[in-house]
Amino acid sequence: MSNDGVLQGDFFMDGDTACAEGAICAGCRFFGGYPITPATEIAERMSRRLPQVGGTYIQMEDEIASISTVLGASWAGVRAMTATSGPGFSLMMENLGLGIITETPCVLVNVQRGGPSTGMPTLVGQGDMMQARWGSHGHYEIIALAPSSPQELFDLTIRAFNLAAKYRTPVLVMTDETVGHMIERVIIPPPEEIELVYRRRPTVPPDDGYLPFHADPDGVPPMACAGDGYRIHVTGLTHDEKGYPDTVSVETQRQMVERLIRKIRDNRDDIIELREDQVEGADVVVVAYGISARTAARPVRIAREMGLKVGLLKLVTVWPFAEDRIRELAPAVKAFVVPEINMGQIALEVERCAAGQAQTILVPHAGGGLHAPDDILEALRRAVQ
Amino acid sequence: MTEKLTDVVMSKQHPMDNLLRQDRLPHIWCSGCGLGTILTCFVSALIKSGLDLQKVAVVSGIGCTGRAAGYLNLDGFHTTHGRAIPFATGLKLGNPELKVVVISGDGDLVAIGGNHFIHAARRNMDLTVICVNNFNYGMTSGQMGPTTPTDARTSTSPYGNAEHPFNVPYLAAASGATYVARWTALHVRRLERSILEALNKNGFGVVEVISPCPTYYGRWNKMGSALEQMGYYHEQSVIQHGIDPAKADIGLSGEIIVGRFVDVDKPTFGDLQRGFSQ
Repeated sequence: MSNDGVLQGDFFMDGDTACAEGAICAGCRFFGGYPITPATEIAERMSRRLPQVGGTYIQMEDEIASISTVLGASWAGVRAMTATSGPGFSLMMENLGLGIITETPCVLVNVQRGGPSTGMPTLVGQGDMMQARWGSHGHYEIIALAPSSPQELFDLTIRAFNLAAKYRTPVLVMTDETVGHMIERVIIPPPEEIELVYRRRPTVPPDDGYLPFHADPDGVPPMACAGDGYRIHVTGLTHDEKGYPDTVSVETQRQMVERLIRKIRDNRDDIIELREDQVEGADVVVVAYGISARTAARPVRIAREMGLKVGLLKLVTVWPFAEDRIRELAPAVKAFVVPEINMGQIALEVERCAAGQAQTILVPHAGGGLHAPDDILEALRRAVQ
Repeated sequence: MTEKLTDVVMSKQHPMDNLLRQDRLPHIWCSGCGLGTILTCFVSALIKSGLDLQKVAVVSGIGCTGRAAGYLNLDGFHTTHGRAIPFATGLKLGNPELKVVVISGDGDLVAIGGNHFIHAARRNMDLTVICVNNFNYGMTSGQMGPTTPTDARTSTSPYGNAEHPFNVPYLAAASGATYVARWTALHVRRLERSILEALNKNGFGVVEVISPCPTYYGRWNKMGSALEQMGYYHEQSVIQHGIDPAKADIGLSGEIIVGRFVDVDKPTFGDLQRGFSQ
């Protein structure tokens, strides 16, 4: 990969632009997309920037086609992404599943807006968090990251590409309208300071027993691409290690599904990233992600000034869920307070993992704006009563 | 002990063997289906094309024809229903050295994938598309589809189809395809030549192949045995090269206009894109 045309230095840019620049720094050289508010700026930036770094931008006829091109480009050996918002995210659920079953590394950014349906195109929401987890049919594990600032959108887009390559899976960047449109300082480090992880390639030559879906001990199979000479067969049907369909064997289905799940679950310590602030010894822990983790900072500070022992646990990785950490904290805290711009999604996960050992207090918001600090403060007061 | 016939047959190496995945045969297609001959025509055209077979990828969608990619010993992708063309688009743009061929059915390509079909034609995406048209959804046991002739009976048009069908060559040509041909599964030499022409061309090429489905469409419409259905399509065929494809509608009975309808040159998406970015 050439670094010609890759930016470095200090910039003042919005989150969507930072996302596009993060992708370019991560070596993304293909973008297939469709305009949609509030993610359009990512497509616009990529259409301008990709030709400058030898990449390809294509605007497709819809989001179904967009994600299809991304999967195709990934099988051609290119780091590829798309970006969308709620309505387009719904259309992408079909081939998100194809990406999962065929173990295709790629990145899908969802700049969330208010829903359901067309909802509030220009205003913030976090209502797609469960869709990110379960939106495509069948049972699978997914990786989803949630940035809280343009800088994090830049950083986590790079991390998303690395995780996608390492675990051979689509990775979701679940940002939102506020982070996407917020303009802040973004530091782009020199290329040598950016760690990039590439997909594992086959170690055996073609015709020497390469099995495209035979996993290494970590559950991830090395990946040959079209044109590499391996003459691979890739299907969305249930398949064996050779990649051949086997649609009637319960055993083949079990082995395939279990491995797809295991390769994420067994590596969760590597995948899950959390930021903790005064969580140890806290009576109440705010569990938040994305823009809501930033909104929560002020009420947490006020509560501490009032003498409450409040911790802030930010989920940088939302999926797989940080269940081990919540289980660990539950016996030691009175309550978890979960502010999110939906009517209760991640709060359900917190409640499940708290398993009755601590109360879970949801601070809902139907979408279109951020929580008022007082709403979160009120929940913190209630938590310690 | 006499040698079993199957052993004799199996012991012979067929010249196309290296292009088929022997370990996946026999295929799942019904006896009398046109897909076997169509696949043979494709393999034979591919051999004649002189293309580097390591750089040929076949992409299919879902359905009977959707299984084609899985029997070819090439890089093959069996994608989701209707999405073969956009997947192939990404594959081609990701590695322009690849020759990317889409082999899929009429339901896959022009019903659920219809939007992708017309837009890939509009862009003149450098893809060769072989559209096998059996006038119904065979894999799900014979429902009406986008090409089912008006009045034809299927399991979901038991009183006759009340819809007007797509004329695939007309749709392709009107949308911007630079190579458009139609043959039946029994026109093996002409079909092979058209596939070869489409493979050797840069741009969006569409070869429609009328294929018998004796198990469902033929049975519902009392078309006789598999051989009779295949023979009927061939006999009804009228070769009219260069005709306006708008005049090539297919009805429940009557003539089937076949031939090479469009063969023009214009820049592909890749050509234009490279031009602008330099």
